[in-house]
Amino acid sequence: MVFQITIKDTGEVYPCSATKHLLAGMMQLGKKGIPVGCRSGGCGVCKVKVLSGQYTSKKMSRDHVSEKEENDGIVLACRVFPQSDVILSVIGHLHKAITR
Amino acid sequence: MAMTGILRPGHVQLRVLDMEESLKHYCEDIGLIETDRDDQGRVYLKCWDEQDKFSVVLEPSDRSGMDHMAFKVATEQDLWRFESNIKNFGIETTRMAAGELNGCGERVRFVAPAGHTIELYAEKEQVGNGIPTTNPAPWPRGLKGMEPIRFDHCLLYGDNFDENVKFFTEALEFQLTEQIVDGELQLAAFLTCSTKAHDIAFIRSEESGKLHHASFLLGSWEGVLKAGDIISMEDIPLETGPTRHGLTRGQTIYFFDPSGNRNEVFAEDSYVYPDTPVLTWTADNIGQAIFYHSRQLVDSFMSVTS
Repeated sequence: MVFQITIKDTGEVYPCSATKHLLAGMMQLGKKGIPVGCRSGGCGVCKVKVLSGQYTSKKMSRDHVSEKEENDGIVLACRVFPQSDVILSVIGHLHKAITR
Repeated sequence: MAMTGILRPGHVQLRVLDMEESLKHYCEDIGLIETDRDDQGRVYLKCWDEQDKFSVVLEPSDRSGMDHMAFKVATEQDLWRFESNIKNFGIETTRMAAGELNGCGERVRFVAPAGHTIELYAEKEQVGNGIPTTNPAPWPRGLKGMEPIRFDHCLLYGDNFDENVKFFTEALEFQLTEQIVDGELQLAAFLTCSTKAHDIAFIRSEESGKLHHASFLLGSWEGVLKAGDIISMEDIPLETGPTRHGLTRGQTIYFFDPSGNRNEVFAEDSYVYPDTPVLTWTADNIGQAIFYHSRQLVDSFMSVTS
């Protein structure tokens, strides 16, 4: 199952299957400077806020995503797997890379 | 006995987010051997050619990173001597009771100036390396994954950099082997307590107490290549390599564990004696110092820690 992921900040849309994390899909945009770090929820460089859509997620280091943030949809893109179309906004390192 | 004082990195305790995934990574893919578990849920691992009971402890946690790194000292007298050195340097120490880690004697714990929890201990249960001590075979059968020989070193990012290097060289009697300098400013310090290219290394950082990587020794360049094969086969996040470092001349590959802690496996690095000159890399040549072939710095390698 492949879903459409929309980056609200730029209006860009990319496909991402339910078996791939949001960062893997974003990497295929071919944009330079997308901060690809550990891809395992430990380094915190790929923080995003999910504005709408369903997803499943794997554990993320609490050094980078607090419980409150996680409840508010603030997550690490490398740990989130879409279950529907998703609209997200990019924050932190990722914001700089995507919007420049 | 020519080697005294601090002998070697004894173990690293890493925080992991999911124990099952982590054990698959460390035991099946890297190829460490599980030796014990405790009632805190910690799992004890060793590389095949280590005599002591464990060199890696995986600790279940809700955050990634390094809990502590511990060094083995030669004798109990050394333990108390270093405890005194550390206090004289102005750093507080606490004693962790024998058995707090299964099979490990009393540990002296402190926070080094760069913000990392470091420990010293004199005793750890020996379980052997799987081959007899009389007429030994060169290696035991049934090894898994990348077949690491030993836990070799950690590279750490931290602040209070100059004070930290002074602490390790003066209070803990480490030897500076290699460095990166930008004019008068030391950016990286590789330090040994033995004759290795490094037993611990530090990079100057604004953040305190961060882990860059925990590293395991392999037998050959071919082993590094095979590690690359396993990394791709098992869909492990690869960062860089196989390639060669200028610093230490190690042949290397970097990847991440399932909690985002960086691992290295490497082979055939350099060595020192107490009279070996310090090797210096200059900041204008930092690309070659780090990745000798490409000479290109990798963004994540320079900035991502856990």
